[in-house]
Amino acid sequence: MNRFPVWVYALVGLCVLAGALFTSPNFYGESPAVQVSSIRASTRVDAALLARIEAALKTADIRPTGAVLDESGIRLRFPDIDTQLKAKDAISQEVAPDPATAGYVVAPNLLSASPSWMRSVYARPMYLGLDLRGGVHFLLQVDLQAALTKRLDALSGALRAQLRDKGIRHGGIVREGQVLNLRFREAGARDAARSALAPELEDLEIQEAQDGADFLLRARLKPEAEKRLQESAVKQNIVTLANRVNELGVAEPVIQQQGLDRIVVQLPGVQDVTRAKEILGRTATLEVRLVDMEAMASGSTLNVDVFPERQRDGKVTQVPTRKQVVITGDHFTGAQATFDQDGRPAVAVELDQTGGRVMRQVTREQLKKLMAIVLFEKGRGEAISVATIQGEFGSRFQITGLFSPEETTTLALLIRAGSLAAPMDIVEERIVGPSLGRDNIEKGFNATRWGFLAIVVFMSVYYSLFGVISSVALGINLLFLIALLSLLQATLTLPGIAAIALTLGMAIDANVLINERIREELRGGATPQAAIAAGYERAWGTILDSNITTLIAGLALLIFGTGPVRGFAVVHCLGILTSIFSSVVVSRAIVNLVYGHRRKVQRLMIGDTAWK
Amino acid sequence: MEFFKIRRTIPFMRYALVFNIISVITFLLAVFFLATRGLNFSVEFTGGTLIEVSYQQSADVDRVRQTLERAGYKAEVQNFGSSRDVLIRMHAEQGASSADVSQKVLGVLKKDNHAVELRRVEFVGPQVGEELAEYGALALLVTAVGIVLYLWMRFEWRFGLSAIVANLHDVVIILGCFAFFQWEFSLPVLAAVLAVLGYSVNESVVVFDRVREMFRKLRKASVPEVIDTAITGTISRTIITHGSTQVMVTTMLIFGGPALHYFALALTIGILFGIYSSVLVASPLVMWLGVNRAQFVRPPKKTGRDEHDGAVV
Repeated sequence: MNRFPVWVYALVGLCVLAGALFTSPNFYGESPAVQVSSIRASTRVDAALLARIEAALKTADIRPTGAVLDESGIRLRFPDIDTQLKAKDAISQEVAPDPATAGYVVAPNLLSASPSWMRSVYARPMYLGLDLRGGVHFLLQVDLQAALTKRLDALSGALRAQLRDKGIRHGGIVREGQVLNLRFREAGARDAARSALAPELEDLEIQEAQDGADFLLRARLKPEAEKRLQESAVKQNIVTLANRVNELGVAEPVIQQQGLDRIVVQLPGVQDVTRAKEILGRTATLEVRLVDMEAMASGSTLNVDVFPERQRDGKVTQVPTRKQVVITGDHFTGAQATFDQDGRPAVAVELDQTGGRVMRQVTREQLKKLMAIVLFEKGRGEAISVATIQGEFGSRFQITGLFSPEETTTLALLIRAGSLAAPMDIVEERIVGPSLGRDNIEKGFNATRWGFLAIVVFMSVYYSLFGVISSVALGINLLFLIALLSLLQATLTLPGIAAIALTLGMAIDANVLINERIREELRGGATPQAAIAAGYERAWGTILDSNITTLIAGLALLIFGTGPVRGFAVVHCLGILTSIFSSVVVSRAIVNLVYGHRRKVQRLMIGDTAWK
Repeated sequence: MEFFKIRRTIPFMRYALVFNIISVITFLLAVFFLATRGLNFSVEFTGGTLIEVSYQQSADVDRVRQTLERAGYKAEVQNFGSSRDVLIRMHAEQGASSADVSQKVLGVLKKDNHAVELRRVEFVGPQVGEELAEYGALALLVTAVGIVLYLWMRFEWRFGLSAIVANLHDVVIILGCFAFFQWEFSLPVLAAVLAVLGYSVNESVVVFDRVREMFRKLRKASVPEVIDTAITGTISRTIITHGSTQVMVTTMLIFGGPALHYFALALTIGILFGIYSSVLVASPLVMWLGVNRAQFVRPPKKTGRDEHDGAVV
């Protein structure tokens, strides 16, 4: 009765083999590598580039121990960290001599040292979380209200231009909160404006109103337009962040949307946290505005925005600008630190077609007037450059201000990396130093190792041969769990390691249930074979019940948990599934192999049962 | 080898009232401490900044505190794990509203002693903290409801209700311990509490399975006798299983370092009280809720299980 058909043994054997295969990459360790990937769509990482890199390494007398080319880029392995650093310099010289204009990122990385055939069957080591490998994690909150305000400001500029082109007289366009008020002196002008502006107003809900003698059009964004705008704002911010991260040269960054208005940025292995934060955390947006000359003369602050400007002598003056924005940062396509004809540090910028057209028109109309470039950081604007428009210019011009060469470099980087559609704030931050990561791995695995050994010793002494079999099943459970985590590339965190330990401690419950039941059957006078069969069969219902209640808690954690708790929940849930299989099927297969094929079994080696 | 050679049924139910009075008293104490002292929430829940730094030699905690005070930061400073590691905790209301705080603090400490190494920073904005607390409470609720529904489906509503009352009382006692000792309540501790909830319900399931089996087998026995037999029959498994899990948790407590300390501590309390409550609190509750043989025997179709099914030590 305790025999499995051959296919069950084969299945168990196959599972164990597969488990061993997918677990093994974790034991190979990591080798230093250099990763080359493309930043722009226009630059490609291909075999030609690989040949160039290999040639460059040859002239530098550096021999890589392996090279891989795939969608994510080129990865070259090196025997040690010294060679890796030398190679990184040599490769940077070749493909990215000037990081400001290069199309490639050259970043040091660590790659699994497992043989390549393992990688080809997707046997990879577990993906370690930031708390184990060190690095930075940011959660950024996108200010969607600001995105809406910005859009309305841009719309009001467009409407004003349209009305001027069509020759319709109006009494001003003012934004109040999230509503645009268009003021007209006569009802006729209002109607004319309404039909003339129809195509521009597609995204707006229009209401007519009367204010004293004036006729008003009150416009607000339609809900669906708001939603579209917010979605695209988050997307654009993600793209911008990705560009900024590329400038940092991180090998495997993670940039993802979380929920409606949040973005997660994870930078594994980043050492220079200050720099990373400076680049990422700078929620800078750039705007070009006209200085309001009248307000400048009168000192009035009515209907103008006032920004501080730092002067050469360290004093701060206030610059009043018109509320409408000439162009926003999204129209900047390039920026580079340079020097103007007087040898002062400057930033040479380039605009896209629309930006260039607007700029040409404005500079033509506003000749000899003052133009301000305003940098917004964390909701505060600063006029970084105020200059007289000396002539008409288009898509290329220079920003000069009170810069040091370092400041122009940073400013150029910020502009080039794209501006943000909406400001963002860091609402969560985790930084784990590399030494703490190593400590965490060591401590986590020590705890698991000693706990596992203690359970094995106890089970083997208490239940004799059946205890040994239970221990083997528990070991196989661990093998399955690690194989599954490696295969799914689920992120392993320190709470995840704790979950491995806890799951092992709980998994033995099933085998205790089975072994106790077998003992009881034996005491009740059952024959050894019947006791084994009854023990396993009757234990099954209870094992299922108890694991399902544990699984309910695990799933609740998985659904509602974030960050480290989710890491715990993933391992916990997977562990429950593997432990059901290994404690019931695998241990039964071993027991059947040992006892099931004997003609006569005198007694089972399950410890002392003779007392009753 | 066999630890428990119990020949006679132990009359647990004779002391049912005692067990429940003990439970009520510990429960009320836990609630009292929760209400008066409150939980010492980590910055993950309150919002704030946590900075762990490491020095080459033994760190002078007072000096670190003074350095920070001079720089205008109000912070809790304490050793963490070893004498060389220092944990600096700043809650959100004390000017830690910006994520830049960690950089500035490290700058201040570097100026004082150059050999300081940054180990870890956690900054959580107050809004995120609130959400985490909310999600934590929601996870607890979903788990409790899920377990009750499952046990209702598998057994009877009396079992589901008793199991969840007994085990939620564990949760309150764990929280009460954290409130009494002012141990830090962090996200991993919350995970541990929920894991304990799922885990110790197992225990009730095993006992209840046995109770159901005994109702069918011992046709003449009274309800308390049936429950006594069921508990006596499962006590050996209960102790060995929990012992094994506790071995794992103890090694975590010893080798896991400070990061896992409170996680393991919460599990330890949960496991110890779990044994007691799921066996000695849940069973009397079932009894008082009026469980009887008729619910399992008379309409055999309704339960859909025969006598040999599922009942196990």
